[in-house]
Amino acid sequence: MHDKSVAQLIAGLRARQFSSVELNRCFLERIKRLDPALNSFITVDESAVLAAAEAADQRIAAGAAAPLTGIPVAHKDIFCTQGMRTSCGSRMLDNFVPPYDATLISNFRREGAVLLGKTNMDEFAMGSSSESSFYGPVCNPWDTRLVPGGSSGGSAAAVAAMLAPAATGTDTGGSIRQPAAFCGITGIKPTYGRVSRRGMVAFASSLDQAGPMAHSAEDCALLLNCMAGFDPLDSTSSELPVEDYCAGLDHTLAGLRIGLPREYFGAGLEAGTAGCISAALKELEALGATLVEVSLPHSHLTIPAYYVIAPAEASTNLSRFDGVRYGHRCKDPVDLHDLYTRTREEGFGPEVKRRILVGTYALSAGYYDAYYKKAQQVRRLIKQDFSACFEQVDIIAGPTTPGPAFALGAKSDDPVAMYLEDVYTLAVNLAGLPGMSVPAGFVDGRPVGLQLIGRHFGEARLLNIAHRFQQATDWHLRRPPMATGEAS
Amino acid sequence: MAIGQDEIEKIAELARIRIAPGQIGDVTRRITEILGMVDQLQAVDTRDVEPMANPLDAVQRLRPDIVTEQNQREAFQAIAPAVENGLYLVPRVVE
Repeated sequence: MHDKSVAQLIAGLRARQFSSVELNRCFLERIKRLDPALNSFITVDESAVLAAAEAADQRIAAGAAAPLTGIPVAHKDIFCTQGMRTSCGSRMLDNFVPPYDATLISNFRREGAVLLGKTNMDEFAMGSSSESSFYGPVCNPWDTRLVPGGSSGGSAAAVAAMLAPAATGTDTGGSIRQPAAFCGITGIKPTYGRVSRRGMVAFASSLDQAGPMAHSAEDCALLLNCMAGFDPLDSTSSELPVEDYCAGLDHTLAGLRIGLPREYFGAGLEAGTAGCISAALKELEALGATLVEVSLPHSHLTIPAYYVIAPAEASTNLSRFDGVRYGHRCKDPVDLHDLYTRTREEGFGPEVKRRILVGTYALSAGYYDAYYKKAQQVRRLIKQDFSACFEQVDIIAGPTTPGPAFALGAKSDDPVAMYLEDVYTLAVNLAGLPGMSVPAGFVDGRPVGLQLIGRHFGEARLLNIAHRFQQATDWHLRRPPMATGEAS
Repeated sequence: MAIGQDEIEKIAELARIRIAPGQIGDVTRRITEILGMVDQLQAVDTRDVEPMANPLDAVQRLRPDIVTEQNQREAFQAIAPAVENGLYLVPRVVE
């Protein structure tokens, strides 16, 4: 059962080939057996899983099943789950049991999907390697000496190793797409505002967006159908009607114009990855698409603009962690100042502190214009680059990352080197566009991701393109040896 | 832009994060590297460019001024480190 797609599992449940309880037991058993080597989960509550699976079986028996009823789904530990710890990978929230569900979690519960567990992540989603978690680093199932990418590295590793058929992640600067690429799975970051942010621990509110991570575009479409939609409780949620993301998966690619930004194929791109991307683009050409060279002239400014805007918003958002209302509190504070400063010293890890300090600096008196306002102006220039491209082409394609997964520890002590990992993904968040990563080959056994970037609210087209690509290729069907029992 | 240890201490105070004395040097070095990278922005001509706060240029949505939420004080305070009589407890602020 573990090697089936979500679409196949839905069919199997409906045809009574297996029950939701059997299905969920299968994944619980795999988590117990394989996750010690990966550390992809922070919390798994077996009895809650089985209770939800039993309820799903009854609902299926009663003929009242929704599409995802009975399907196990793992959630990044950034989404608030009522009655279950939501740590965000931080000591600050190690004891935090939310009194409510995130809207995304409610949506899955309403469909009868089973909450399989909460996945590991970079602390407060700040990172590109899933090494900064309070609960220890996540390992890449393709080679446990490598990082799985981040910040949604636990979700990516869990899906890649078939510990969950699908998972959710969040993406502020690449945190769904980059780990999807490193772990050989499919992930989509929808348009800003498409999926509710309510109950998703905030990092950078003008960039954060949740999305699905699974083996295929079809499975991502099934999950996105359950996730997307207007939420009155999220002030930046889009009121635009949601499409059925499964409906157009088979549309032809004939006549599709794909823009290749020359800045994404320059000196920083490793040769092996470039080879895989170019082969994938040939495949899309064979499916009827036309390749057009385009330019995103402000690409070199995405990292600097992002590393002002994201830390500035983070410093504001994370000011709520004060040791007063919930979360960690230092022992025996002598006064209120000591309570705040020591709680935050103890509760946050080094990267989170750095970003809060950079953000505080960028927003402080005398520097606001030089940093925050300047970065927001550059952000507009970056968005205008995309708008100009989309006058010539339907979508933009390129690599998700400059190279495949790197070794654990290789960049964890060098923040700026780590930031460069996201060179091709950050701009998508700055412009609020949908972006996805699709498995497109291997370099020395390490997966490579093809990035597809669409117009605002163009998720259905991206999923359609990825689906057609996956009908013609089998990269998304490859599984790591440790997960198939073939590892020596 | 170069940034000194004294300035890092000032920012840390604004951000209410204690930095152990032995770590100030390392934190200053890292933040200086990040700000050095960010300084590329200064070279860009952004005259007449409107700052972009929201990727969809959306404006804050308003709703009718009516009560829609129930009071959930007990549920919220159940997870607080210290409460008494419905109030959050902190070290004494006023004598």
